[in-house]
Amino acid sequence: MPVKLKWGLLDALVVVFAIVPVLWIVSLSFKTTATLTDGNFIPREWTLDNYRTIFQTDQFVRALVNSIGIALISTLIAVVLGTMAAYAISRLDFPGKGLLVGVSLLIAMFPQVSLVSPLFNIERQTGLFDTWPGLILPYITFALPLAIYTLSAFFKQIPWDLEKAAKMDGATQGEAFRRVIAPLAAPGVFTTAILVFIFCWNDFLFAISLTSTEQSRTVPVALSFFTGASQFEDPTGAISAAAVVITIPIILFVLFFQKRIVAGLTSGAVKG
Amino acid sequence: MTAVVEKPRKAARSKVALSEGKRQERRLGWLLCAPAAIVMVAVTAYPILYSFWLSLQRYDLKFPGDREFVWFDNYITVLGNGYWWSAFGVTMLITVISVVFELVLGMGLALIMHRTLIGRGLVRTSALIPYGIVTVVAAFSWRYAWTPGTGYLANLVTPDGAPLTERASALAIIIVAEIWKTTPFMALLLMAGLALVPEDLLKAASMDGASAWQRFVRVMLPVMKPAILVALLFRTLDALRVFDNIYVLTNGANDTRSVSIIAYDNLMKGLNLGIGSTMSVLIFLTVAIIAFIFVKLFGTAAPGAGDEGKR
Amino acid sequence: MADIVLDKVTKSYPDGTIAVHGIDLEIADGEFIILVGPSGCGKSTTLNMIAGLEDITTGELRIGGERVNDKAPKDRDIAMVFQSYALYPNMTVRDNMGFPLKLAKLPKAEIDKKVGEAAKVLELTDYLDRKPANLSGGQRQRVAMGRAIVRNPKAFLMDEPLSNLDAKLRVQMRTQVSRLQKQLGTTTVYVTHDQTEAMTLGDRVVVMRAGHIQQVGDPQTLYDKPVNLFVAGFIGSPSMNFLPATVFPGGLHTPIGDLPIPVKDNAPKDLVLGIRPEHFEDARLVEEALRPRGFEFTLPVDLVESMGSDKYVYFTVEGGKSDLASADLADLAADAGGADLPDQSGLVTRLSAESRVREGADARIWLNLDKIHLFDPSDGRNLTLD
Repeated sequence: MPVKLKWGLLDALVVVFAIVPVLWIVSLSFKTTATLTDGNFIPREWTLDNYRTIFQTDQFVRALVNSIGIALISTLIAVVLGTMAAYAISRLDFPGKGLLVGVSLLIAMFPQVSLVSPLFNIERQTGLFDTWPGLILPYITFALPLAIYTLSAFFKQIPWDLEKAAKMDGATQGEAFRRVIAPLAAPGVFTTAILVFIFCWNDFLFAISLTSTEQSRTVPVALSFFTGASQFEDPTGAISAAAVVITIPIILFVLFFQKRIVAGLTSGAVKG
Repeated sequence: MTAVVEKPRKAARSKVALSEGKRQERRLGWLLCAPAAIVMVAVTAYPILYSFWLSLQRYDLKFPGDREFVWFDNYITVLGNGYWWSAFGVTMLITVISVVFELVLGMGLALIMHRTLIGRGLVRTSALIPYGIVTVVAAFSWRYAWTPGTGYLANLVTPDGAPLTERASALAIIIVAEIWKTTPFMALLLMAGLALVPEDLLKAASMDGASAWQRFVRVMLPVMKPAILVALLFRTLDALRVFDNIYVLTNGANDTRSVSIIAYDNLMKGLNLGIGSTMSVLIFLTVAIIAFIFVKLFGTAAPGAGDEGKR
Repeated sequence: MADIVLDKVTKSYPDGTIAVHGIDLEIADGEFIILVGPSGCGKSTTLNMIAGLEDITTGELRIGGERVNDKAPKDRDIAMVFQSYALYPNMTVRDNMGFPLKLAKLPKAEIDKKVGEAAKVLELTDYLDRKPANLSGGQRQRVAMGRAIVRNPKAFLMDEPLSNLDAKLRVQMRTQVSRLQKQLGTTTVYVTHDQTEAMTLGDRVVVMRAGHIQQVGDPQTLYDKPVNLFVAGFIGSPSMNFLPATVFPGGLHTPIGDLPIPVKDNAPKDLVLGIRPEHFEDARLVEEALRPRGFEFTLPVDLVESMGSDKYVYFTVEGGKSDLASADLADLAADAGGADLPDQSGLVTRLSAESRVREGADARIWLNLDKIHLFDPSDGRNLTLD
């Protein structure tokens, strides 16, 4: 019993550590303007006004659409390209494989801020600045190493004999992939998609540097530009509400796919 | 006569030529990797070279007429500038302190997630929240928590001060925010290493009379070493990029700028492409050198070095 | 159905290692042939080359008279059973067995019919809708066999198909595989490292070592007339005993005594003497008529293992080990990991169950001189064969 109690306390500590900052922002988002600055952890007066406000402003709604659209498209493309490359890396033998792995490792460590100046200039000149593709492109680039690593790790767990067996059973390489490997790889691909989505959803640096208007600004950037309903209103409540809204998908992912996310993050790293 | 000539030629040819299956495999491999490789190289290699080119020029968007090739003048300007070195120091400080804390806390968290007897799912789920949450959101939460009047922490800890407006306390808050956000990621990487420690080995060690601490230091840590190094490498390079937290918490006020912030400011506020690009190149070099040192020091511990050669 | 011909087939890798050295092998239509040898001998590589899963570096492979070097596996019309069974975990037993037929675009009714028939033969009818995860090891193995037989291919290739089963099941399945092959009459190439499996299953056995074929023949020939030390030591359980021997004018000096046997003039001075355990007998139990054809010696008994039908009796021989130096013996020892092979300073004998020898006491042992083998230690060649 004392052992269980000890673990229970440690568990509780972790949960509190992880959740308090989130609860705080949730609490702020439900506070009325009058009680916003009372410093209480739990709101004294509850209101939905902050949520009403943000959904009535174009600024936030546009940003939400941008965030969702850009993250989904980037995820889709990165996962498709990553799946192709990871399949080749884990299953095929061809010269240049090591180079590709090396390059993606380098990019995983690349300081993103170093790309901000050149990309800013390139995108201004090519008209990509402040457009969806202008953000999607760097997102794909930095999501690819993550996707390739995670997916290769998943693909390596698929028994290699199965593909040989499929070939012996009369399948071409393509058929072996489609009918045997793909169904087995689907869970790994799905997990990777979640990780990549979280990455794109999270980005701030590219979003703030490569956009200038509501046309393609994502929520994290819009948050930092919030001024409230009028110029003179304190934006704290609105920012908190918006912050809670963009946290919801993350919480849902974490709640429903905890096992997969843990497996994805650890499998990619363990093969060191 | 012809038969004599024919034979060796045939043998030689089949030695060099790959069978159709092999060639098909190669072609497929290249075909499948090409899109990913092209995107990655096009969006990183070209801009970094372009950045280097820009860094050799005087190029201020406010005075586009003054554009001129100045060789390494920008580097002299940046490296002779106190703000750059201050930002550099701040970045290093944040990196070192946060990575050290993350390693210790992450190890603890990893042990809890790995070995806890009750509520393992709950612990893992809640640990993933900081990992998944948008950094800007978390940063706002910390900012409001420390804002005098509004924040529960400000009222509790520093009732008569504004911690975010003083350099030392602001940096401390930035570091706390970083640690909170990334400790779970560190813990997950370490947990992957923990899973590699054979249960039998620990049993054997305790039969041999090792205490819990000795088992941890003598048995677990050595087995986990590769995982620890990978986690350290990833987190160190990631910490060097610190931007979001500082932007939201202080926006670089009171000398809390990191190199990322100062490069961003030069570009977006100063609109100085030449200087901004110079900083980009310097940051890139710094990261490259640190990564190189890591890989040199720990050799094969670098991810991908060992297992990628074979299938 | 077809014959399979390997014509100087070589496999070498880019790093220069050669896995298979120009082997020649003709496998007749309908024949059950076994490739056997220690790990790394090239048997699996050979099988994979026949399958088309690995490239042939040089040489030619013909199936049914047609050169197939450059054909993809799917165009060779051969089926394979894998050691891991390689069942598709996301498909039911029915779908697993029907998969090759589906790829061949057969109509559904025909697929069902063929799968049904195969399932009946393999007693899998009740399990058709299960997933592989819910099957026992033996059932999985049978599904793997089923997937191979449904399409009625030109040949079966089997890569250690029984080695993941426990010992008892392995013996049962061995009989079933043998019966099935006879029934279908399909050319079969079977790879194993287990010499018992090789001896019991095959029409012919190919013993391989380090990428070379050592000997091809029916099991009895391999046992009775091994061409070299390696084959002699590899085939048979317990293995053949090896002792150093030196030629002298009247016969052979050996650690168990001077054997009065003639040795050819061209033989080297130092030889290796090979004796199978069953060619020893308790001297008291040997018929008078046989006695003169053998040689008798006395040694203290180390250990007696009574098997019921007969007894294994172990002895230590002075000076038995140090003088034996041969590449073949080194390979054998490496394969056995020192466990299976008789300790070279020891002697394993198989005596009648009636033998009264006791541990610790001296025993008088008779050795049948007609059955001994002499090997040239330099190249392992069996000198008694010519």
